Parts: sequence; structure tokens; C-alpha cells
Amino acid sequence: MQELRDRVKALLMDGTVDRVLGWKAGDLPYNPEAAYFETPESLTEFIYDGFCGANLSKMMIEASKLEGRTLVCLKPCDTYSFNQLLTEHHVDRNKAYIIGVACKGKLDIEKIHAFGIKGIRRIRGSEADVASGILQFETIYGEKSCAYADAMLERCHVCKGKEHRIYDELIGESKETKDADRFAQVEQIEAMSPDKRFAYFQKELSKCIRCNACRNVCPACSCRKCVFDSTRFDSAQKANVDSFEEKMFHIIRAFHVAGRCTDCGECSRVCPQGIPLHLFNRKFIKDINAFYGEFQAGEDIDVRGPLVSYALDDRKPGQTAERG
Amino acid sequence: MYKMKIENMNALFRTISGTQDLITPIRSAGQTNFGLWTEEASVDLHTLKTAKSGKDAFFPQSENLYTCLRKGQRLTIEPEALRERPFTVFGMRACDVRGVEVLDRVFLAEPVDTFYAARRSHGTIVALACHEPEESCFCQVFGTDCAEACADVTVWMVGDMLYWKELTEKGIALTETVGALLEGADAADEAALNVEKEAIRRITEQLPYTGLSLEGWGRDATDVKFHSPVWEMLYHPCLACGTCTFVCPTCQCYDIKDYDTGHGVQRYRCWDSCMYSDFTMMAHGNNRTSQMQRFRQRFMHKLVYFPENNEGMYSCVGCGRCVEKCPEGLNIVKVIKAFAPEGGERNG
Repeated sequence: MQELRDRVKALLMDGTVDRVLGWKAGDLPYNPEAAYFETPESLTEFIYDGFCGANLSKMMIEASKLEGRTLVCLKPCDTYSFNQLLTEHHVDRNKAYIIGVACKGKLDIEKIHAFGIKGIRRIRGSEADVASGILQFETIYGEKSCAYADAMLERCHVCKGKEHRIYDELIGESKETKDADRFAQVEQIEAMSPDKRFAYFQKELSKCIRCNACRNVCPACSCRKCVFDSTRFDSAQKANVDSFEEKMFHIIRAFHVAGRCTDCGECSRVCPQGIPLHLFNRKFIKDINAFYGEFQAGEDIDVRGPLVSYALDDRKPGQTAERG
Repeated sequence: MYKMKIENMNALFRTISGTQDLITPIRSAGQTNFGLWTEEASVDLHTLKTAKSGKDAFFPQSENLYTCLRKGQRLTIEPEALRERPFTVFGMRACDVRGVEVLDRVFLAEPVDTFYAARRSHGTIVALACHEPEESCFCQVFGTDCAEACADVTVWMVGDMLYWKELTEKGIALTETVGALLEGADAADEAALNVEKEAIRRITEQLPYTGLSLEGWGRDATDVKFHSPVWEMLYHPCLACGTCTFVCPTCQCYDIKDYDTGHGVQRYRCWDSCMYSDFTMMAHGNNRTSQMQRFRQRFMHKLVYFPENNEGMYSCVGCGRCVEKCPEGLNIVKVIKAFAPEGGERNG
């Protein structure tokens, strides 16, 4: 972390960049926040650890409109989002200086709390450059610990790989975290009977409170004005009129980001109700792979996505519908 | 004071629900939230904080106000019936009970909100003391004692025993309903309970946010705080989502909208969030046009405007849900601390 901080500071001081977009230490050991740093002094608060899960790519849309160049710290999976935004012309490559930061998996405080670890005062083992594999907690209720891997976000268990897809320089050493199949959950749901599947999603989506955090954090949701926020049509939605009405919002959103979603997992990370929203997106990704060949949004900026290109031998809509 | 073996909890719930609706923390799809008790429900009284506060029991996220129906040339208007069936909310924490007191200031002041008032008059609250407060808790900053919540009934879970103390008329009525399950507590029970209360209070003293100072906030702070440059530095990570407002026990803003049913209109109200771009939009447009302004509104309301209008009462209760749930690690405590350098030296 010190190497990263020193390098960032040097780039800010020599004028290569005008500001730094990274993470600022929180007031608890696990709640850092995304922040701009404009002076070398302010970098004393700069931090990078296992709790820096936030994907900063989307903030580069705004940063691209600022004067000068913004240094942005991107984890391997964040670079997919940045690439996707680049192909959609939402971010300006020339205004970004990308430091690819190493990743050994990001942590989920909800999982830690669910282990009964509470009253947390201090956490050891979450630092970016420590690889003990164990998290130790100093809590009001005594010393606690858990395996780092057990406290990781779901997305890290199905990691797309620790290779940065776009960067100006790389700092740190990543650690492979993938230990599960990315589509296993989707396959499980596909195998359910329609009634059971409906019941599953009804139970999950009934928790939705329409806070829109999933949408607002999503790098693929980059409309300046969302149709669900418009006051001009009846599409504006704030209420959960019946407890399952939210399905419309989530299904429409999944359709809208299909082919552009990189599976960064931010939607599920931010959901205050713990809804596994990534499953919708992953279903689309799986289907796209099956119908049009393997495709990973954001992997390569020179490849046109299957849903925005056309080939004569493309699958016909009828064939897709027949699949059920 | 009374007591009951915790193993009889289900019998207690069954007895209460025999005469009224029972709303209690229920675990479903991995989350614990207040919901209607049924025999099948998996009650969870051990999760300290339900994902959402229990305010829905009195102020649901969305509710119909009236329905217009068109039949040929005839229009009818059906007002939504007010709550008449009594209910009990079991297991609210002290901070959330305080949250209801904040809502009372808003909805029971003239003009009284009849929907809310009906629920308040038919609802009994059983508050549950916090056995193990967590690091995001700071109710103590607002003068709340989570070891001794003040509601209609207060209960403690100590070991295998539930202690029950009724505090109001409604509480006495509920105690009579479940009287067959309760037995009188003796001096030894009082002593055990005191040990528990002291233990809770000792923990509270050690929480990281205990000692947070509100110096410089409250009444008469509008001008200084509103114009501060600190807001510009603070709001950047804010996603403009409604998480903080929707999990908050005191956020009370709502929107009223019409739903076109095809053969009529349902007029409903639903929670609104000051984080949203169309919040308080009027015919001339919106008086808050940037996210900084919307962000500022939320905290000014909690910490300045509300106390200004309510004899100094803050409309934050220190439940810490925003601390736990903000996707970007922002929260009201960080806001309070950020003002330490200007006018509230002890805030930090």
C-alpha cells in the first residue's frame, strides 16, 4: 500500500495527473469511501485494502468532464467496466491515468457480521499487501477471526481473472481467488421447475425497497436520466405497490444492460437487502455465450459485442423464443 | 415485572396473534425484517438491527389513500379504510422506538395524518433491550438507553429468561392478554436484570461512536452549516440512491401519486427520498438541482431543521443503519465529524 501511495503522490506532484481518484480511510475499519485527492497532503488519508470493493470506473464519467487528467485506481475487474465505458464513449481515455491495483479478493462486511463478529474495533489481515489468509478482529466482545476467503464477496469466488485489461502501470501482486464456477448458480435456477423458479425470485425480489442503489452504482447504467426517474411518463416508480412489483424494474434493467454488463458484481455488493441481483445479468451472459459464442464485455475494446453487431447466421428470434 | 421462559416464546406469539396481528423480526431469504407473524415464520430476535427499521408498521413504504372507479358515466370514490384491527410490534429496539417518537412529531401534529394516527392508536410496541450493541450503534449520543427502552412494554432476554415490564395502559392490556404465560418476577430476577443492564451499558461506553459530540448542530445552526464549504467535499461518493433514507427509522418524506388502473385511479403514497432528482419538484422545477444540495438536505433536516422545529429534538436516533448499509461508506457520523474543524471542535 505504501508503494502505491508513494507512486500516486509522485505522479500528483510531478504534474502527470491533476487529481487522484482512489479510496479514503473510513471511520470504522471497514468503510472506506471513494474520494478525490487533489493535494499531496490529502493523500495521508489514501488507503487501499480488502474493503475497497467499490468500482471507481463509473466515477470516471464525471472525471472525464473535469479539467486535466485524473489518476484512477482500478482493480482487475474494474478495468472491464472502464473498457466497456470506453467503447460506449462515456469516458475519455486521455483524461485517465490508470493504475492497475493488485487484488486478492474483496471483503464483504455483511458476511463478517453474519459470522457473529461484531463490536469490531480493529481488523488485521485485510491490508492489500498482507497475504496471511486469515482475518483477525479485535472486538468489544473479544478476539475473533475468520478465513479471508470465507469473508470474500461472491464475485471474487468466480473472479474473471487478475489480469488488468487496460492500464498505464501496475502496482502490487494479485492473488487468484476463483474457486467456484461462475454459472453454477444460474444452472441451478435453470434446473428448477417454472413454479419453483418463480417462487425463488418472488421471495428474493420481495425484499427490494426500490432504493435504486443497484442501478446507481452500475457502470452499465449510464443514462443521464433513467426512465424510472422520469416524471413525464407513468414509468416513474418509487413505490413497491404490491410486494413483487419490483420484478419489472429488475428485469427491465437486466435487459437494458444485457451484452454490456461485465459482471462486476457491484449490484449485489450494494444491495441493502442482500438480493443476488447479479444472477439476472449472469443468465443473460450465459445465454449470449450459448447463442453467439463466448463473449466477455469489457475484455477487449476492439471487439464489437454480439448484441450490437449483426451476422447473417445470427440466431433468429424465433429460435431463441422456442428455447423457453 | 414478569418473567417467562424463552422456550415459551412461540406460545407467547400464538397468544398475542389470537387477538390481533403480530409484527416481529422475521428471517426470510437471508435478511431479517419486520413482518407479520405466522406459525411458519422464522422469528429472529437475535439480529440486532433489522435491515429496515420497524417504521413500516406505522408508516408503510406504500399505501393506498383512495380509489376512483369509473363505471360507464358513473364515478365513485372509495376512501381507503383506516386501520381498525389492533396489532403488536414485538422486538423493536430502543433507537427505533425513539424513531417512532420522531414520526409522532410529524404525523400527529396538526393537521393529523389520519392513516398514521389510526395505526398508532391501534398498535402496541414491545421493545427489546439490546443484548450486544454493535460498532455502528450510537443511540447513546441522542440520550437513548438501549438497556432500558421505553415503549408500551419493555422486554429483556437474559439467558433462558424473558423479563417483561409493562409501562403504559396499552402495555397493561397486552400483559393481561398473555398473563397466563407470565409469572411474577422476584428480587433475584431484579438482580439478574440489573446485571444485564449494567453489562449493556458498559458495552455502550466502549463503542467507537460513543462520545460523538453534536456541538455546533441543532437549533440556530442553519446559516452557518448551510453555507459551509464542507458539503462540497463530502458528497462526492454519494450514489444518489435511497438506501439511507429507506432504512432510516425517522425519514418521513413521501410522495403522492396516481396509478392508472385502466378503469380508474388508485391514489397512493410512497416513501420518497431527498436523494432523488424529483424530490419536492414543483411546477416551476426543482429547488435542489445538484446532488450536493440533495445530500446537504438530508443531514440538515436530521441535525438542524428538525431540532429547530421540535424543541431541539434531533431526527437521527443513532441506529447506525446508514453506517452499515451505505454502499459507499458514507453516513451521518462522518458528516458530523467532518464539521469538527469549523465550529464543533469536539465533533471529531
